[in-house]
Amino acid sequence: MAEKLLEVKNLRTEFKRDKTWVTAVNNVSFSINRGEILGLVGESGCGKSVTSLSVMRLLARNSKISNGEVILNGTDLLKEDKKGMRNIRGREVAMIFQEPMNSLNPCMKIEKQLTEAILLHNDFSKEQAHQRAFDVLKSVGIPEPEMTLKSYPHQLSGGMCQRVMIAMAMSCEPELLIADEPTTALDVTIQAQILELMEEIREKKNTGILMITHDLGVVAEMCSRVVVMYAGRIVEEAPVKELFAAPKHPYTQGLIASVPKLGSGVESLPSIPGSVPDLSVMPKGCKFAPRCKYATDICREKEPELEVVNGIHKCRCHHFKELGKEA
Amino acid sequence: MGKYFCKRVVSAIPLLLVISFVVFMFIHMIPGDPARMIAGQDATKEDVEVVREQLGLNDPLLVQYGNYMKGLFTGDLGDSVKNGKTVVETIAPRMKPTIMLTISAMIWATIIGIALGIISAVFHGRSLDYIGMIIAISGISVPSFWLGLELIQGFSVALNWLPTGGLDSWQSYILPSLTMGAGIMAVLGRFTRSTMLETMREDYVRTARAKGLKETLVVMRHAFKNSLIEIITVAGLQIGGLLSGSVMAETVFSIPGLGRLLVDSINFRDYKVVQALLLFFAAEYIVINLIVDVLYGVINPKIRYN
Amino acid sequence: MAQTNTNLDQNKFAAAEELPKAQSKVKEFTKKFMKRKTAVVSLIFILFIILMAIIAPFVVPYAPDQPDYTALLQGPSAAHIWGTDEFGQDVFSRLMVGSRLSLSCALIATVIGTAGGVVLGLIAGFYGGFVDSLIMRCCDVLFAFPDILLAIAVVAIIGPGMVNVMIAVAVFTVPSFARIIRSATISVKQSLYVEVARSLGCKNSRILFVHVFPGTIQSMIVNFTMRIGTAILAASSLSFLGFGANVTEPDWGAMLSLGRNYLNTAPHMVLFPGILIFLTVLAFNLLGDGLRDTLDPKMN
Repeated sequence: MAEKLLEVKNLRTEFKRDKTWVTAVNNVSFSINRGEILGLVGESGCGKSVTSLSVMRLLARNSKISNGEVILNGTDLLKEDKKGMRNIRGREVAMIFQEPMNSLNPCMKIEKQLTEAILLHNDFSKEQAHQRAFDVLKSVGIPEPEMTLKSYPHQLSGGMCQRVMIAMAMSCEPELLIADEPTTALDVTIQAQILELMEEIREKKNTGILMITHDLGVVAEMCSRVVVMYAGRIVEEAPVKELFAAPKHPYTQGLIASVPKLGSGVESLPSIPGSVPDLSVMPKGCKFAPRCKYATDICREKEPELEVVNGIHKCRCHHFKELGKEA
Repeated sequence: MGKYFCKRVVSAIPLLLVISFVVFMFIHMIPGDPARMIAGQDATKEDVEVVREQLGLNDPLLVQYGNYMKGLFTGDLGDSVKNGKTVVETIAPRMKPTIMLTISAMIWATIIGIALGIISAVFHGRSLDYIGMIIAISGISVPSFWLGLELIQGFSVALNWLPTGGLDSWQSYILPSLTMGAGIMAVLGRFTRSTMLETMREDYVRTARAKGLKETLVVMRHAFKNSLIEIITVAGLQIGGLLSGSVMAETVFSIPGLGRLLVDSINFRDYKVVQALLLFFAAEYIVINLIVDVLYGVINPKIRYN
Repeated sequence: MAQTNTNLDQNKFAAAEELPKAQSKVKEFTKKFMKRKTAVVSLIFILFIILMAIIAPFVVPYAPDQPDYTALLQGPSAAHIWGTDEFGQDVFSRLMVGSRLSLSCALIATVIGTAGGVVLGLIAGFYGGFVDSLIMRCCDVLFAFPDILLAIAVVAIIGPGMVNVMIAVAVFTVPSFARIIRSATISVKQSLYVEVARSLGCKNSRILFVHVFPGTIQSMIVNFTMRIGTAILAASSLSFLGFGANVTEPDWGAMLSLGRNYLNTAPHMVLFPGILIFLTVLAFNLLGDGLRDTLDPKMN
């Protein structure tokens, strides 16, 4: 029985650039169940990171969440005050970031950074916190936890740092883990290990994971459902198998087509022409129309709605019925 | 780490040697005849000869240098022509006032300067930031001797709260150290603000917030602690220059310290004293820079653990 | 993997369009600069002071050395807006005429110091090796003395006077410029070197001045502006200590030094010269800050 952990409704985030407000996340809605991994896919600049920062309410001072609800375990995070959010961060929802080496304080020992997180949300003594830090490092597969605790980040490898980050995030047993491009900065073999670790966490602790990535391979391997974003909007949402077998939106189709396949014998890699429009000069109508080879007049005039296709599959396109592949 | 320390110390030694040589050449760089200048325009030839002999100017250059270096190590720096005492006796009693003044200026300037920088960085772009930066840029633009005079005018003459000069009581330290510290406070304020702005943009600060840490702690425990390395380096460099910066404050407040001694000695052509003071100030600056360098290596874990 | 590949093509075309148009760069710079109000106000103030330095003797209400024994040590009044000194001379007029002395001293000193530092830095950075080490060691020696101390030491050797103050200030300006220009030269040299190797027959000195030097201008401009402020402070400090201008001259520092004797009875004699020095240096520093922010690509 799927239990809803996170529900994001009509989220709208803007930030100020040169004295005007620009919308980075426009009317985004999705949900994550306990023990489920939701993939959030898109190019750089599509708004996926801003979405995750909005959920954590870690946005910069020149940004604001102008609309929406972010309901975690029944509580609307957007209505919480500063103290309330601080309680929730780290304890109910935790986040790991893209560059693990930079995300750890270079002048602080690992132990201090871990126990800081632990003591924030638990009434432990120093010894208990140390023990928890040790245990959690062990649980993420670090071979010599005691030595790692006494180290500084620059003495660890990228993969180890990301394990430490995951340990730190999981140290207070959050129910939701947000992972923003966790493996992008790592070697391929290490990538696999980290992903395996995250799957293990999901299974053992029934943690819900929001997996943000631009790597479709990661999506295929880890996620049960996928949300595709473009220019701050959701353009497609589907269970993972269905998305890869029958993508309905031209953008998704383009993304999947541009993944190189072994043995395909194709000379040149198909790519989507053009680039993501600047946030302040969004075209009228469908935001993908300028790059879409199927665009017609109605696409350029009117922005399509996010329509439900068959109960579980959503698509934002005027022509998806004709264009969308059938499973 | 030991290698780093040794490298730094070793590189300072040749510099000190060169400096001692440059200061030694000081007397010889003076256009005209230093002996005559000391003896006075209407001194007889014999008097000038006596002075020349006193200064040791008749010996070949190398011998002079040898004597000079020997003197440095044995503590014999020659005699002051003004009062007949040895240079060491002339300088020694003036050291305490200058050092006390320098320390008191250093303390308040560092604390206020860093605080100013942190506040400006945290409230970046808002009124507190602008106010802080206006204070800082005024601090580096104001002539310190004028500041001292106006402080005297305000607090001593008009309000009669504080003494106008001398070093009789602890109150005497207040105005001069304010005068001396203004520039340093300003420089530190500006620098702290710019390092803090950079550090607060780093990823690990974001991680600290994501853990649920209170903003004050995020700023102080993560951003500030990491900026501290750079701040201490700059502070150290400024402090090195403080000692000689005491010249202006001591002149304005009539404090019998090393700075004023330097000015007086120059006016009296007491070259031996001037030489000794220049050497002292330069050596102290180099040594402080060295200490700061080593401290940097100790605090920065990337250097310490490699 | 999901990145579009044609981004590269687009960027190639965009770069071609941006090929240097010097005029539009200047225009862009001016536009950005105008946005910073404090910098603009500072520039106006500086231009005003420079104007004063040029035309002051012709426009001031009183001659700078015109004593008035009936109006000694008077505070600000309608007749003398900034009061009179111990000879009854008008403080305002003296200060305005004195701006010539103080400003020219600082400007000339900074220009000389900059020129010296630039030449040394270019040579050190471009030729490297022994020449580089030699020049940098000399700079280290100069750096071993804090600013004011170096100036005092120079004046102690060559004697007092405005010209000598100029030399002293120039001397302590040299090493900082040498260092900046040297590192800028090294980075420019590394990028141009391949080109230079190809374009044979181009004399080294020509490369140095025609190609390398312009690349270093940006780092120079900001430093130059702020150094003028430092020079004014240093020169007036030296004058105050008695090493600079004669106390009868209307140099700002000298006037302050004289005014000190009358601090109790005629505080205006200290206040106005000091405010003038303060505001001028502040203007140069604000201008320097504004220039730095305008030129910094990260801020725009």
